Amino acid sequence: MDNMTLIAIASIVTAGLTIALGSIGPALGEGRAVATALSSLAQQPDAATTITRTLFVGLAMIESIAIYCFVVSMILIFANPFWNHVIATAAGK
Amino acid sequence: MRLSPDEMIFWQHGFIKLNGTIVFTWALMFVLAIGSKLITRNLSTELQRSRWQNLLEIIVTGIEKQIEDVGLTQPNRYTGFLGTLFLFVALASLCTVIPGYEPPTGSLSTTAALALCVLVAVPFFGIEEQGLGGYLKSYVEPTVIMLPFNIISELSRTLALAVRLFGNMMSGTMILAILLTITPFIFPIAMSALGLLTGMVQAYIFSIPAAVYIAAATRGRKAKPMQESKA
Repeated sequence: MDNMTLIAIASIVTAGLTIALGSIGPALGEGRAVATALSSLAQQPDAATTITRTLFVGLAMIESIAIYCFVVSMILIFANPFWNHVIATAAGK
Repeated sequence: MRLSPDEMIFWQHGFIKLNGTIVFTWALMFVLAIGSKLITRNLSTELQRSRWQNLLEIIVTGIEKQIEDVGLTQPNRYTGFLGTLFLFVALASLCTVIPGYEPPTGSLSTTAALALCVLVAVPFFGIEEQGLGGYLKSYVEPTVIMLPFNIISELSRTLALAVRLFGNMMSGTMILAILLTITPFIFPIAMSALGLLTGMVQAYIFSIPAAVYIAAATRGRKAKPMQESKA
């Protein structure tokens, strides 16, 4: 296998692993956050606006972890610097 | 497949490029600026007022209410900055219903610029409110050991703001493009409806942390209204 194939394999597998492993943590976290928010909404319906606002901000904060993983995997697939480097050197020959 | 509207080039002359991000950003800026100018040209304080004035009043009072809820007691001073951030990001994602349009916030350059504005605005408002010494003192609280961590948090939250907005907007268009090749008819419509909702939430999520950071900088660490991690 030449360098190009190796880089392609590594990038694709890592991209899949990144998004797969990286979404487990945020999924668990979001589930916990929503469950806790729902039970506190049931206990204190008067504080609904505060709880909902904090919940949305918190959810977006948790979700951003998954989004970082997504960005990394997208970079690995569509804008891979190593792949571009290999292509550039191959074209230069 | 395009990652961002940066690669959508309308006009090129040597080094100077006019890409999708610039064109759509300026279009949104014109819509926002000229729209507000036209609406506020003849304001009335009577009971009878135009429907556009009503719309603008709802938006502005809503934004001020949200800023006040975060803990900034004089929302008037911050509405200009935070409201502009919110309206720009919200309009950028709302306009995705127009065919051929791509949100300029789906480009990392735009979101990085917006996040840098927040990075500059936080010390600006902090120094204006507390004075230079008072603001710098907030870096060494509770102890001097926290100084490097406070500086790191300042930088990392800027990065988080930029990458979060970029990732959300980019993933929206990306998922639409992938779905169009797999299930062409009904499903992409549902996803773009979801994209509109995510866009509004993202606009909120972009401006609320900015408001929280400004609130933390203007009132010192002890009176910090909403505890928040570095995310």
